[in-house]
Amino acid sequence: MTPASIAHGRPVASRQAGGNPGAAFSSVVHAEWIKFRSVRGWVIGMIVAALLTLLFGVFLAGNASIGCGPTLSGRACLPKVPIGPGGEAVTDSFYFVRQPLSSSGSLTVRVTSLATRISGGGQAGPVGQGPRNPLADMYKGTVPWAKAGIIIAASTRQGSSYAAVMVTGSHGVRMQYDYVHDAAGLAGEVSQAAPRWLRLTRHGDVISGYDSADGKHWELVGTATLAGLPGTVQAGLFATSPSYNKLQPFFGGAHIQGGPSQATAVMDNITLRGHWPAARWTGDNIGGHGNSPGTGVGDFRQSDGAVTVSGSGNIAPLVPGPGFYPTATIERPLSVIFIGLIAVVVVAAMFFTAEYRRGLIRTTLAAMPGRGRVLAAKAVVVAGAAFLTGLVASVIAVPIGISRARNQGQYVLPVSVLTEMRVLAGTAAMVAVAAILAVAVGAILRRSAAAVTTVIVLIVLPFLLSVTVLPDGAADWVLRLTPAAGIAIEQSIPNYSDVSSLAGPAGGAYPLTPWAGFGVLCLYATVALAVAAVLLRLKDA
Amino acid sequence: MRALPSERPGAAAQAGNRAVPEPAGRHAMPQPALTASRDALRAEWLKLRTVSSSAWLLAGMVALTVGVGAAVMAANRCPAGTTCLEDTTKLSLAGIQAGQVVVAVLAVQAVTSEYSTGMIRTTLTAMPRRGLLLAAKALLVAALVLAAAVVAVGASMLAGWLILPGHGYTAAPGFTGLSLADGPVLRATIGSVVYLGLIALLSLGIGTLVRDSAVAIGTAIGLLYLFPVVEAFVSNPVWQRRLERYSPMAGLNIQATTDLKGLAIGPWAGLGVLAIWSAAALLAGGLALRLRDA
Repeated sequence: MTPASIAHGRPVASRQAGGNPGAAFSSVVHAEWIKFRSVRGWVIGMIVAALLTLLFGVFLAGNASIGCGPTLSGRACLPKVPIGPGGEAVTDSFYFVRQPLSSSGSLTVRVTSLATRISGGGQAGPVGQGPRNPLADMYKGTVPWAKAGIIIAASTRQGSSYAAVMVTGSHGVRMQYDYVHDAAGLAGEVSQAAPRWLRLTRHGDVISGYDSADGKHWELVGTATLAGLPGTVQAGLFATSPSYNKLQPFFGGAHIQGGPSQATAVMDNITLRGHWPAARWTGDNIGGHGNSPGTGVGDFRQSDGAVTVSGSGNIAPLVPGPGFYPTATIERPLSVIFIGLIAVVVVAAMFFTAEYRRGLIRTTLAAMPGRGRVLAAKAVVVAGAAFLTGLVASVIAVPIGISRARNQGQYVLPVSVLTEMRVLAGTAAMVAVAAILAVAVGAILRRSAAAVTTVIVLIVLPFLLSVTVLPDGAADWVLRLTPAAGIAIEQSIPNYSDVSSLAGPAGGAYPLTPWAGFGVLCLYATVALAVAAVLLRLKDA
Repeated sequence: MRALPSERPGAAAQAGNRAVPEPAGRHAMPQPALTASRDALRAEWLKLRTVSSSAWLLAGMVALTVGVGAAVMAANRCPAGTTCLEDTTKLSLAGIQAGQVVVAVLAVQAVTSEYSTGMIRTTLTAMPRRGLLLAAKALLVAALVLAAAVVAVGASMLAGWLILPGHGYTAAPGFTGLSLADGPVLRATIGSVVYLGLIALLSLGIGTLVRDSAVAIGTAIGLLYLFPVVEAFVSNPVWQRRLERYSPMAGLNIQATTDLKGLAIGPWAGLGVLAIWSAAALLAGGLALRLRDA
């Protein structure tokens, strides 16, 4: 039932059903709705909340035009980003030593070494110009998510469906498929003394990955079903290594250091089963033609049955935060929701406390002795109004924000329609639950000043501290335990465990999953409502 | 409100008798300025002193400042053998970001509570010179906040002195310690006290302008936090700099003791920006007080 339909559906006189404890809940809600809508300041407060969010949101979405080259800027600089099978933006750059496999079959190798070299020359070159002097001044170092091993891919097109089993820099053996799926196998680093045997088997659409320390005892790491895999697939050996970024902490900010890196792996004991018509290896630098993360340089050598592959880039989802592409998320304009939230909290807290100040509470309770119902009705009315406010702000701010960001050359990470709806409606729901929390705290404290301060300090201050003065670990705990956790409902791109992301809360990466974060906020609101209901019953008005 | 009912009528009547010979005449008989200001100060002091919430709020401000500051310090650690670029003075005084909220509440309440109870009409009858009234309130609120701020800032520095060396912030990585004999540290310490005083004046101005406690508190806190929240999300360095320079919280730059060249605005200039915000808010509040009916 929307507040608007109640307002026009019933005469005001229904309030005079007063004194009747059995009065329908809808008439209590109706009475509260009339109170809400007839105080001009409260309605203005909600409009101010929506306008503040909109104004700052649209400003935030695009305030930096990207330049690429002497004459190009804005939309012309948008990168061509490959899209994975799940519709997500991906990075798909690696060196591929392949041959076609036109039936079911299997591929087995032994990996004896994985070495990585890191560029010391800082960031990659400007977008569109390719990296500068990629192999100069590189030094040996560990890249945790450098990857090398065997892969079966639908084609050599970037973003195509694949399954791979690999050794990594410091995360052991992994089986990964279609960019977002990751399973762990044998732990420990690969070396001459501790080689890793890897095997992929294909039966139609189903690909299974195995690992072994000795080539005799095999363990299943994972199984992938790649829907729509063509009859002839490309299979073989690969190596890649993501840009190496390190955040040098600095009070109130951070400097980013790093650059592209390169992985070189040695594999031998290569065994092929099934129908491999080409009977020889071809080397391909997938995505290695200038405009891609990494050095753009890759190579392979064969000698005595061993293959040495080196490559640079990554096979992973693209995440927000500092990186090769200037990226933005759809929820970026909504990150200032806290500013609008302050206005909503003020209105919501006053919605209850104003009754005490004016003595109206005694009239209200004489008319409707069911105190729990009055509280519930107030919560419903305020939540409805706050939801509407949040929804209007987000539904307008997000599309404008996306188009502004694109016009300025920022790549907006695509998400599914369902995710977009969750971000929009979830933001509105977060505002609504925060408003319920404010109503409940208002009912507990009975003083508007105290209630407004308490709720703002509970929601806005933790968030502010975690994006400014707190170090990462502490900030994560603050965003798990305080009502500020609710902001997680806005996060559209998940935190992938296998992608080193530097985006903290300010980059839109929160420690809890969207619904868990929202749940924490709901928990606070529920507890506050319960305390308020008990206190209302126990204390005289 | 313990002592209020017994003392209030006497004080108000007394002040009323002297200040307003004819109840209607705002411009009647100019009083010797000194006596009028002394009466205004005395009356406002009585109000502030006898409301129990003032003491609670000041104690709460100290507790929140020191508590949040200690928590932030406890969360930060400089691992051995690494270079940490943290500004230890700023770290010790981080609790001010939370404590300032309570200062805002106290200062806003000093004026808005008069409106919510209707007391303002009695006050203005007794003291028709509205500018003087606001000045008296400002002076007393600022004095109270400054006194409490000395305790809060002092205790925060003490906490920093106790906690930080245990977290790797020792002389080895280049931290000078938190000696008040060090010029920048002394400036940060005194400046933080002044910062809280200016926040009180800013909030008092907003309270006078808005008159409703909840809306005024929301406005004051919103104004303080708006700039840093937006700044955290802005990617454009030009705008980042602008937001940092012109926000009321630019005043917190007074806490910086290292990398002063990297600041968008210098320590004293930042405090000056806050002073301008406070002066503007007081001026707007004072004008509104003069021009509007109570």
